[in-house]
Amino acid sequence: MSGANRVLPGFGLSLGYTLAYLSLIVLIPLSAVFVKAAAMDFERFWSVVASERVVATYKLSFGMSLLAASINVVFGLLLTWAIVRYSFPGKKIVDALIDLPFALPTAVAGIALTALYAPNGWIGQILEPLGIKIAFGPYGVLVALIFIGVPFVVRTVQPILEDFDAGFEEAAASLGATRWQTVRRVVFPALLPALLTGFALAFARGVGEYGSVIFIAGNIPFVSEITPLMIITRLEEFDYQGATAIASVMLVISFVLLLVINLLQGWVARSTPRAI
Amino acid sequence: MSGATSQLAAHLSSSLTRFEGRLATRDSGLVKTAVLAVSLAFFAVFIFLPLVLVFAEAFRKGWDTYIAALADPDAVSAIRLTLLAAAIAVPLNLVFGISAAWAIARFEFRGRQFLITLIDLPFSVSPVVAGLVYVLIFGAHGWFGSWLQAYDIDIIFAVPGIVLATIFVTFPFVARELIPLMQSQGREEEEAAIILGASGWQTFWRVTLPNVKWALLYGVILCNARAMGEFGAVSVVSGHIRGETNTMPLHVEILYNEYQFAAAFAVASLLALLALVTLALKAYVEWQAARNVAKDSEG
Repeated sequence: MSGANRVLPGFGLSLGYTLAYLSLIVLIPLSAVFVKAAAMDFERFWSVVASERVVATYKLSFGMSLLAASINVVFGLLLTWAIVRYSFPGKKIVDALIDLPFALPTAVAGIALTALYAPNGWIGQILEPLGIKIAFGPYGVLVALIFIGVPFVVRTVQPILEDFDAGFEEAAASLGATRWQTVRRVVFPALLPALLTGFALAFARGVGEYGSVIFIAGNIPFVSEITPLMIITRLEEFDYQGATAIASVMLVISFVLLLVINLLQGWVARSTPRAI
Repeated sequence: MSGATSQLAAHLSSSLTRFEGRLATRDSGLVKTAVLAVSLAFFAVFIFLPLVLVFAEAFRKGWDTYIAALADPDAVSAIRLTLLAAAIAVPLNLVFGISAAWAIARFEFRGRQFLITLIDLPFSVSPVVAGLVYVLIFGAHGWFGSWLQAYDIDIIFAVPGIVLATIFVTFPFVARELIPLMQSQGREEEEAAIILGASGWQTFWRVTLPNVKWALLYGVILCNARAMGEFGAVSVVSGHIRGETNTMPLHVEILYNEYQFAAAFAVASLLALLALVTLALKAYVEWQAARNVAKDSEG
């Protein structure tokens, strides 16, 4: 479409403002990380990002984010199924509270989960005699990341399940499929792209999450330190180069995950039959 | 009754008639009980109990302690700074969101999809990194560090840094609500207004805005909740100076680390209340938007 036959005004103004504001607030500041990291000599850079303590944080952040996202896919799917398919008392409240992890400040979530899962907490004191220690260790990280990830899975799968045509299930049933076969072979494949997208969103959020994790993790070096915390630790030591190096690794990971999520969302859009 | 209306009516009718009333989509009682038990237990343990606990802990030592914690001068100044940061960040991101949605949803140009991805970028960046970038630019050793020092301007470990970090983390909220909605609405109505002689601003105020008001409100609500609750990014640039650069979430952290649990949960309960109000408003906005759709398809 050429400029001449545009009917609506304001293209130059709105696009110009958008690009200027985007550059000032997001693009230029983010590029600072790469410019500063590129100015480091490579050996110094590598000694920071591949140091034993930092590598231990990658393992924890990635491992726990993967585990939390997987747990969220399983329980998130069940929760979505319950909300969409069943009626039960308090359903509207459950549905509304699913978004709590989006709305509740992460620091509040952090101290609440810590108090809940500490050895003297409501849940912690049940688990303690069983020898299960959650707070102040790596499983504390897991619990915080599960909390943070719930709405990503539920809110991605929910619209797809709501729009799923029950006629497909009736067709499967009338052709002799058992209920389990229908769910597994007809419903589940339709939900798969959304489930994977929810998984990727929860995972990406988990890798970068800070506020809810640091209270419950205990932050023990080599045991329960997450990668974002290492950036804070370096900053507090006034080691700006070290902080920048770790941040550049995290940014690259974020960009890759963003790309994957975009591809997955494209898949969801293509595989969802459009209502006419 | 048009097809759209009947579809919508089917959509709005309870799941009872939609799924449980049809033989093929009805799960056996045992399956239903098991799914409900497992999923609601999961919900209770990970979402509901943490919320209840915030209020239980906040009031454990009674009203007097609760009020005292909130009336503390440091708490009051933290509340004030949180409100200030949101009052600056939300309007700025609102104007940006409208501008971006107008450009992206009303015009065709190369790189449009890429621009949408860039706008979403702050959501995929760790909050800690979001704070760090401003330290690298405005901090003592940053790009403008020595220049700012020469003119005695404080950005990092001061209020401007907190505002900047807040703007960054809440950047996409309004834009990402508006863009898909305005794209799906198409530009015919605005084009008609312009052809009939309305000015650009008249068209925006009288045609565009009424069409997107609920999505706009929704974006602002979410933007505000995140602006008031942001912790990681603000923590990096704040310097944690009591009474000066502490926001409410940072104040919660300080109280908690000093083992003043009742006070920490008292301030936390205010933030939790904000979250609940946010969710209630969100439900209301969704209900209004659904009602409008229903009205439109009837008329």
